[in-house]
Amino acid sequence: MSGPLLDVTSLGVRFDTPAGPLQAVRSLDFAVAPGEVLGVVGESGSGKSQAMLALLGLLAANGRASGRALFEGQDLLALDEARLNRVRGSRIAMIFQDPMTSLNPYLAIGAQMALVLRAHRGLRGREAAREAGAMLESVGIPDAGRRLRQYPHELSGGMRQRVMIATALLCRPSLLIADEPTTALDVTVQAQILELMQTLRARFGTAIILITHDLAVVAGLADRLLVMQQGECREAGSPEEIFYAPRERYTRALLAAVPRLDRAGPPAPPLRHAGAAPLLQVRGLRVGYPVLAEGLFGRKRLLRAVEDLSFELAPGEVLGVVGESGCGKSTLGRAVLQLVPASAGSVSFLGRDLGQLERAALDAMRRDLQVVFQDPLASLDPRMTVRDIVAEPLETFEPGMAEAERSNQVAEMLSRVGLDPSHMNRYPHQFSGGQCQRVAIARALITRPKLIVCDEAVSALDVSVRAQILRLLLELRRLLDLSLIFIGHDLAVIRQVSQRVMVMYLGRVMEMAPAGELFGQPRHPYTRALLAAAPVPDPRLERSRPRVGLAGEVPSPLAPPDGCVFRTRCPHAREICAAQVPVLARHGAAEVACHRVAEIQESALESAS
Amino acid sequence: MLRFTIQRLLTGIPTLLVLIAAAFFLIRAAPGGPFDRERDLPPEIEANLRQAYHLDEPLVRQFGRYLGNLARGDFGPSLQYRDFSVTELIRAGFPVSLRIGALAMLLALLAGVSAGAWAALRQNAASDHLVMAAAMTGISIPNFVMAPLLVLVVAVGLGWLPAGGYGGGAWRHLVLPVITLALPQVAYLARLTRASMIEVLSSPYIRTARAQGLSPGRILLQHALRPALLPVVSYLGPAIAALITGSVVIEQIFGLPGIGRFFVTGALNRDYTLVMGVVVFYGTLILLCNFLVDLVYGLLDPRIRHLP
Repeated sequence: MSGPLLDVTSLGVRFDTPAGPLQAVRSLDFAVAPGEVLGVVGESGSGKSQAMLALLGLLAANGRASGRALFEGQDLLALDEARLNRVRGSRIAMIFQDPMTSLNPYLAIGAQMALVLRAHRGLRGREAAREAGAMLESVGIPDAGRRLRQYPHELSGGMRQRVMIATALLCRPSLLIADEPTTALDVTVQAQILELMQTLRARFGTAIILITHDLAVVAGLADRLLVMQQGECREAGSPEEIFYAPRERYTRALLAAVPRLDRAGPPAPPLRHAGAAPLLQVRGLRVGYPVLAEGLFGRKRLLRAVEDLSFELAPGEVLGVVGESGCGKSTLGRAVLQLVPASAGSVSFLGRDLGQLERAALDAMRRDLQVVFQDPLASLDPRMTVRDIVAEPLETFEPGMAEAERSNQVAEMLSRVGLDPSHMNRYPHQFSGGQCQRVAIARALITRPKLIVCDEAVSALDVSVRAQILRLLLELRRLLDLSLIFIGHDLAVIRQVSQRVMVMYLGRVMEMAPAGELFGQPRHPYTRALLAAAPVPDPRLERSRPRVGLAGEVPSPLAPPDGCVFRTRCPHAREICAAQVPVLARHGAAEVACHRVAEIQESALESAS
Repeated sequence: MLRFTIQRLLTGIPTLLVLIAAAFFLIRAAPGGPFDRERDLPPEIEANLRQAYHLDEPLVRQFGRYLGNLARGDFGPSLQYRDFSVTELIRAGFPVSLRIGALAMLLALLAGVSAGAWAALRQNAASDHLVMAAAMTGISIPNFVMAPLLVLVVAVGLGWLPAGGYGGGAWRHLVLPVITLALPQVAYLARLTRASMIEVLSSPYIRTARAQGLSPGRILLQHALRPALLPVVSYLGPAIAALITGSVVIEQIFGLPGIGRFFVTGALNRDYTLVMGVVVFYGTLILLCNFLVDLVYGLLDPRIRHLP
């Protein structure tokens, strides 16, 4: 067959809103050849998802699509609902970002798959179950017979996305549209899913449209790329053209904003107070959450979120904390802030044990101990003006301050974080996500704290906004002599901001080292796996590099493996790893908790030489 | 699930005890007594009567005696219907009340859920607004107003159906009471179903189902109906309570020999044992229904079913 599988010309998407029509996509042209992978890249609001939803008639009720989309001889945009239903799920399948909400929580996996098989292939009962089971096996889900009877909430995030993919491929579509399929997943699971998509494409010859905000995700996978901004195509071409010779200014800016895992960030400034007393001292910290008991007479169990954790933070230092979901990194941040009680151990800040302080004394300490959360819009009170939000800590800690002086300080802080002080009487929803995060930073900084915990503070932001916020944080850190605990899941971001990095897994520290050391010479097998799994925005490098990655997913923190918690996924595990919990010990400039770190290091050196 | 079931059953016991105690002391705190009549009884006869029914004992002692009898399943004798025990009266009246209540519940579910689902599919269309306006009216009109209106139009004006009486349970006699009892519930269930159906239809997994090329009918029945019914199921407990208390009024208006009649006359005549019997009986019934509703909820929502 010659010619494109899908040929889209002058696609437009318009929404009728109470505020007037909104043009989400404008005269978009693109084509997909059979078996080709087209990467569609753009930031939020670029129209990348709406364009693809329009092809399948899935726009919201107030959306209208225009233009032409020829697919296997018919114009998708001209089909009525009944004809479209013969294409959707059969010839073109689509999978979405969040597999938890995109699968029906009230139906067993098998039932959801059977509905598709019945609608398009007329299969029922045992025949449908056999077909669904076979497809689950081919997306790497073992024990398919049992899985078919399970419900989505009984599966892990990665398994759910595998189920989505399996359901999408049931009718052997010639085109699969994947909308941010790995954005909600951990980096090691993301690597598995990307690998799976590549395998399935080779096996079934399915063309794929991969929609993503993450340039690194498509670098190795796509045959062609489409860069979108504000509803229009900015640039299209091969990955080599886009990554190595971008023609458009926007593409160049986008590429420059992507933090690179394979390159060090700007060299971290030396610690000003080298040798000074530590600002923060955490000793043997444990945090557990009681969880509902199982069975009739079961006792309440403890979810050990943080286990026996110790570290120090020097004044002016930036400590990056990284790990996959459930590793306890956010709990660690909250325990430092005394937002959750520690079950053992101590947190000393400025030489005082925060856990022993009276309520009033602790509240007074909070002036120096601030926090910025992940979702700026959710963590700012929607009924307070930006001025009131930023001024609130001043009212608490300096009740005697005159109203005019307070407003002055708010205005000064707002302009410091790059906001127009004349907007201070607006409400959070009137600002963009990035601007809201600037407000949150201004609120944290207004009392001139000594330590700020940034809990996934840039994870919800677009690439270019994220780069701005990171730059702002680092600049303010330098100017105001701040210490930061920077919690994140994105290794490249962590590399860019941190002087020292702590890698956590299931509540324990796996490795702690200066940033250059950790990224240049990772010692713990988990650190190595994380680095191997994280994609790099460089097509040639991505294609040449073996995607070793990790098998399986993070075990439940309710039943962590005994001995070394990482041993169930570790390629180097031996008997000793099950018998003994490894302690954090010094290896060169790093501290590593691994029984086999010496042998692994040796074999790595051997294979390198 | 077993743990959940047993826990729910056990928490019902203190609830029931509180209910019994409140009813027991409140009815005795009300002015007047079971033997007050327009014509005063001779004091010695009244004293004898009080002694015979143990009403001369201290209240706490009476309460203990009542609980003891209750534990043996004995509701005691009626103080007003002298020849009957409370158990006999309930046994006579309950089938009538149950029949009316169950029919009303069935009607409310069928009409309410379908009207709500229908309105949800035509969200903000004229027909949607019409259904919702009708529902609002249904909720707003109390049944003691609706009943005479219906009797006036259907029974007196058009002469299609009898205005009252049980007629041995003939359907002609049941139509008006059942409709009157069901109407507010139809209206409420329609609004509830519409709201929850609209929410479910806008959820990501319905978008997935559309992307899978399933027909609208199949999406509604296979994907959307079950989650949309969850709020309806959890409302069934209160709905049953509403039907029971509603029937007290309806039975009076239509002259039906159900329990409601005994409840009203019992309360007016300070027939302590009869009122207590009805309260305990209905209280247990409502607790049991709520418990069943919770179990059904668990069956519908797999995430609750699998909770440890």
